[in-house]
Amino acid sequence: MRNILGKGLSSWGMMVLLLIVPLIFYYTGNAFYLDLATRLVILAIAAVGLNFVLGFGGLISFGHAAFLGLGAYAVGIPAYHEIYGGWDALASTNGFFHFGLAIGVGALFALVTGAISLKVKGVHFIMITMAFAQMIYYLVMSIEEYGGDDGLVIDMRSEFPLISLDDPIQFFLIAFASLALIMWLVHRMVNSRFGMVLRGSKGNESRMISIGYPTYRYRLVAYVISGAICGYAGALLGNFTAFISPEMMDWSRSGNLMFMVILGGVATIFGPVWGAIAFIVLEEILSGFTVYWHLPFGLMLVLVVMFSRGGISSLLRGKEDK
Amino acid sequence: MSAILQVQNLVKQYGGLTATDDLNLELIPGELHAIIGPNGAGKTTLVSQLSGFVTPTSGKILYKGKDITHQPPHTRAHMGIARTYQITSLILDMTVQENIALALQARDGHSFRFFKPARSVKRLQDGAMEILEKVGLAEKAQMKTSELSHGEHRNMELGVALAAHADLLLLDEPMAGLGPDETGKMIELLTSLKGDRTILLIEHDMDAVFALADRISVLVYGHVIATGTPSDIRNNEKVQHAYLGEE
Repeated sequence: MRNILGKGLSSWGMMVLLLIVPLIFYYTGNAFYLDLATRLVILAIAAVGLNFVLGFGGLISFGHAAFLGLGAYAVGIPAYHEIYGGWDALASTNGFFHFGLAIGVGALFALVTGAISLKVKGVHFIMITMAFAQMIYYLVMSIEEYGGDDGLVIDMRSEFPLISLDDPIQFFLIAFASLALIMWLVHRMVNSRFGMVLRGSKGNESRMISIGYPTYRYRLVAYVISGAICGYAGALLGNFTAFISPEMMDWSRSGNLMFMVILGGVATIFGPVWGAIAFIVLEEILSGFTVYWHLPFGLMLVLVVMFSRGGISSLLRGKEDK
Repeated sequence: MSAILQVQNLVKQYGGLTATDDLNLELIPGELHAIIGPNGAGKTTLVSQLSGFVTPTSGKILYKGKDITHQPPHTRAHMGIARTYQITSLILDMTVQENIALALQARDGHSFRFFKPARSVKRLQDGAMEILEKVGLAEKAQMKTSELSHGEHRNMELGVALAAHADLLLLDEPMAGLGPDETGKMIELLTSLKGDRTILLIEHDMDAVFALADRISVLVYGHVIATGTPSDIRNNEKVQHAYLGEE
């Protein structure tokens, strides 16, 4: 666990490149790549949030796309009412309100579903988290006012003093700064006394109970924190795409987040970011060759899981540090 | 002298099988009380009921005069009951010191402390080192638990129980799988702990039991057939017939 930050400079170098390369592309006339990088960074935030419970807590949640979707709707719905009226109490384009709502809704949904899901273990936990996510998916799809399964175009982005999310450079920088801040917070948390309890509960739950830890409570709090992080990522995603739809919460999206975490390396700080980069870059390259890109992509995932149990992070760390 | 632990008419049934059958037991504060009995006598089931992982079918468990029969395991840990496992149960991907520090940290009330690195909480780290010195593992403090030998794991198990600063230690076969040298060291270690706290020792190694125990209870088919000093037990006909005589 000493190498929880990932060893060597490769991970720090990756962060620097992730910040600089998209900007270079943008200023050399390839604005598309800045967009791609922004989406990547937002998904990386969600993956970091998922990794907090999946990697460090051993809780395999298969429903984390629901938090992303809820965060996005927490931006879209107030903006919708601001423009088209109705629900005055909710109508707003204030960014602090949007993002606060996204975090709050993410945390609340995690609290309610986590309180139930964490009563069961293993495969049952996986299935129940997925079921809750699908419930939200169908619920949102059934609400005609917000576009049903067609989704909803967000005409106005969240408004903040001094900064504008309509500017792609500013948006990218904010997303990147959010990612760095959240990674730092997660790093602090997993090494804190709380983090030790969370990781200990993953390592040996009955031992933790017998030395006096009510593991359920600690896991629930971790799950709520994870939901809040993903809700925040969802608010960024809603602003970024300026379009929200139930499809954001589809179970396959939850699977994508799990791919990123496992591909990058569970229970590491930089792993989820590596995973998000690998995912987005592979998706981009492979889908350029063939519409059946999921097949080679799936094979690569199988290979990574088989030959490097710790994902990309452990490949980089080399063999001397298993 | 009032008992620290009283077990009254304890029964545990699994379907048609009675693992614990009208079991009565009293532990005197400060004694080392050994439980012996043939395989399948229900020794581990008893420990699981005392620590709270298994709920008895009927009967009562009193700890320091309080009825704890229906208290969850983590509450009993806070009340001062610690157990070790027959099969080593540690957090293998953490360091040796982290395992012990976690057990110390459990006594803090709650661990909703999100920011300060656990490694920089001096009280926990120093306390863990103190315990590791006691169980002879100070040099291995920074090693991953999974890299230690079986014998060292048994010592760590005991270290975790010590870290809990429990008044009552439930030791489920601490010598299981140890070689003669390691068993000797473990006997020494347990001898050094005697008197400070009450110990319930479950053990198959008869030499160890007779060397260590103040009193012994013999468990057969989930029922205590005799309790007494080592010499009482050695000379008890029922015991010789049920258990010792077989060897």
